[in-house]
Amino acid sequence: MKVRVHVSLKNGVLDPQGRAIHHAIEGLGFAGVQDVRAGRLIELEVDDSVTDAALDEMASKLLANMVIENYRIERVSA
Amino acid sequence: MAFRSAVITFPGSNCDRDMADALEKVSGTAPHRVWHGDGALPENLDFIALPGGFSYGDYLRSGAMAARSPVMRAVIDTAARGVPVLGVCNGFQVLTEAGLLPGALMRNAGIRFVCREVLLTVENSQSLFTAHYTAGQQIRIPIAHHDGNYFADAQTLDRLEGEGRVAFRYAEAVNGSARDIAGVLNQAGNVLGMMPHPERAIEAAHGGTDGRALFEAAIKGLVRA
Repeated sequence: MKVRVHVSLKNGVLDPQGRAIHHAIEGLGFAGVQDVRAGRLIELEVDDSVTDAALDEMASKLLANMVIENYRIERVSA
Repeated sequence: MAFRSAVITFPGSNCDRDMADALEKVSGTAPHRVWHGDGALPENLDFIALPGGFSYGDYLRSGAMAARSPVMRAVIDTAARGVPVLGVCNGFQVLTEAGLLPGALMRNAGIRFVCREVLLTVENSQSLFTAHYTAGQQIRIPIAHHDGNYFADAQTLDRLEGEGRVAFRYAEAVNGSARDIAGVLNQAGNVLGMMPHPERAIEAAHGGTDGRALFEAAIKGLVRA
């Protein structure tokens, strides 16, 4: 089974990379983009037996830094 | 008794020799060199240093992989017994990722890698590492980092400041760090993480010697104790 872990910066945490991407988008001439936040997508291929609790632990212990980031786990059916 | 220190090398560390050199020049004894995969540290250590560099190529987040390497469990246990631990640059990132220090080090606010000398203000001169400085003293120390933008929530920052755990502050705008924090101590005062490189400022040939007092203070403090 495929699992996607979406890691994003918490609200209020400054995102210099997102800001630079935003500037680049504007540089390409696109208007109307109000904000850009950059995150990270991690895809795992796991056995069906891997529990939500285990995934939660993987995300909070390693995949995301809970000081600055949030995560969302999405199980993708094969 | 000879000073027993260890410098931990992770894959991608690149300031480990500078750190070992500084410890040897100031203490007179060469440190043990410890590889990240080692599950144990040498016994009866007086001091542990986590050097700068780009451990694991900064994969995932700076310091994230190194913080979960086998040797870090031993470092965490040893730090809990009160042994001084100094993390510089990537070493600071590893200490925050390992939970030995609060906060996180994010991409510099200006996006760019910053490599130059900066002025720091010594905020706390009472710690093991800073006892040879005076509070408010300005020192010149090199920095070289991409992810040095210190972040912690306001409550944590207030607590750090209230408890005298901000060791150094940038005296100029450098990387967007919250409240210009350049180095923080743990609650017990035996773990210091800092982005600037004191090991690169210990002899005249380096262009400055303001970092030497940090090593002298830590080493003398230990000999006295």
